[in-house]
Amino acid sequence: MNRRRIEEIIFRTLMFLATMLMGGVLILILIAIFRNGLPSLTWEMLTQPPKGGYYFGREGGIANAILGSLYLSLGAVALALIIALPVALFLNIHMKNYERWVNIIRFLMDTLWGIPSIVYGAFAFMIMIALGMKASLLAGIVTVALFILPIMIRSMDEVIRGVPDGLLEAGLSLGANRTEVAFLIFIRQCSTGFVTAILLALGRAIGDAAAVIFTAGFSDRIPTSIHQPAATLPLAIFFQLNSPIEEVKNRAYASAVVLTFLVLIISILSRYLSKKLKNH
Amino acid sequence: MNLKVLIKIFRKTRDYLTQGWMIAGLAIVILLPFAIGAGLYIKSHNILVQHSFWDLVGSTDWKPLSGKFGLYPFILSSLWITLIAILIALPIALLSAIHLTTYAKPWVLRWVHPLIDILAGLPSVIYGIWGVIAVVPFVQQIAEFMGYKVSGYSILAAGIVLAIMIIPFILNILIEIFRSIPIELTEVTLSLGATRWQTIKKVILRKALPGIISATGLGISRAFGETIAVLMVAGNVVKIPSGIFQPGYPLPALLINNYGEMLSIPLYDSALMLAAFMLMLIVLFFNVLGRYTIVRFEKRM
Repeated sequence: MNRRRIEEIIFRTLMFLATMLMGGVLILILIAIFRNGLPSLTWEMLTQPPKGGYYFGREGGIANAILGSLYLSLGAVALALIIALPVALFLNIHMKNYERWVNIIRFLMDTLWGIPSIVYGAFAFMIMIALGMKASLLAGIVTVALFILPIMIRSMDEVIRGVPDGLLEAGLSLGANRTEVAFLIFIRQCSTGFVTAILLALGRAIGDAAAVIFTAGFSDRIPTSIHQPAATLPLAIFFQLNSPIEEVKNRAYASAVVLTFLVLIISILSRYLSKKLKNH
Repeated sequence: MNLKVLIKIFRKTRDYLTQGWMIAGLAIVILLPFAIGAGLYIKSHNILVQHSFWDLVGSTDWKPLSGKFGLYPFILSSLWITLIAILIALPIALLSAIHLTTYAKPWVLRWVHPLIDILAGLPSVIYGIWGVIAVVPFVQQIAEFMGYKVSGYSILAAGIVLAIMIIPFILNILIEIFRSIPIELTEVTLSLGATRWQTIKKVILRKALPGIISATGLGISRAFGETIAVLMVAGNVVKIPSGIFQPGYPLPALLINNYGEMLSIPLYDSALMLAAFMLMLIVLFFNVLGRYTIVRFEKRM
């Protein structure tokens, strides 16, 4: 066997191992989380807020964090949608003939997506101090909404880009103005793709901790209004893990199981929907 | 006035209102990064008036109570962790991307794609908790084997966790890049008698170099701003790390751990906002670099 052949075989093996590693790591992570977390996961944990002495290993649960996370991420996604949807439509329908500008905006949005969430958090915190606001669900929702905005616009933008030009032309030639084409025709055409984009943003929002720690605060109570501080799952995990008490640490693992489960559901759902979209 | 005119007015108004809403949304998105940059700069201006920028960046003295805000240990920790992460992640992602786009059968990619997406979508805190459960003890054992007595919470552990986090991100970009290289190039070299690996080494990698640089830049920018996962495993000791088994204290961790008390000490908030501002600038630099190279690359293909 010559040197060429040996080199080929070595690198082929390395490449194969690198690819296997991807799948392996996911399985390793899931096993680690579920094996450590499942034994401590009880019904009580899911349904009750922390009671006195919860963080010393007494009764209670993380219902405050589960609900807080859901309120926060759903609120943020709803708020982001109000801005993202029109912007994405505007870029592709009203600015159809200004390709150069649209590309610059796309570039800006891609870059904006790269700004870490902690910078958003620090910025929002600064604004809140200047306005004399306290940490609240509302502040968290606004911050996370701004944070997920670029990714939502860009993924919706990609969906709309996939629509054939003929649809816009047909709509316009029937006498509809661009706004009507956008909201009456394109939204219907792209609805499945939009849902995938929304789910992607929801996954980001629910898993974010860095922006939320500055703005939404933490509370042992389930928030009843958007002006109250709210707990979130990632932070609940983070705080419980820092405890020296073994039982509380185990609850951090159990909370991680809940979060992983939620994110996996969102991910599988969006995958299923995009498959359905392809079959159209 | 008849109905037709009314409908016309209604449609016109609706058009105007909606367009106003769209343009307002666009304005928000475009102004956001400038607002963040300006806000952080104005806040950090307070400290820059009293200390010079290079004093703050170059000093290792971090004693907020006596007004000393040396950011050097934090910057260096962040750089070390990012460097370790990219050194681990890039070769793995590169090998895997080549495998998936040249050697592997199409169904492998169909199976691996969802895996990449799920990995990319896992929250940072989940990676952090995995790091605490698995990576930190692993690093401790390696260190022990090599004769160091450490806790395992170290820049190496942070680098490994971070590498695993950015691999899916880099891999996705690399797959796109390798796919965009024309298949004819491979066919020509193969017909000239080169092996597949020679083709990859001499032709494909050279052709894809700008793309690989761009993926690296984007990976660095992603790694640099990562917060919670790194915070959980890096150890957070204010000291310049003297080895990879030593703990570090990256910039994002500094922000998270101290924002609560920053208002009670003069200039503390300004120092932290300067840290946030620098974090943003460094991340943006690598991000713009990466995006720009990729746009150029796509144009050439």
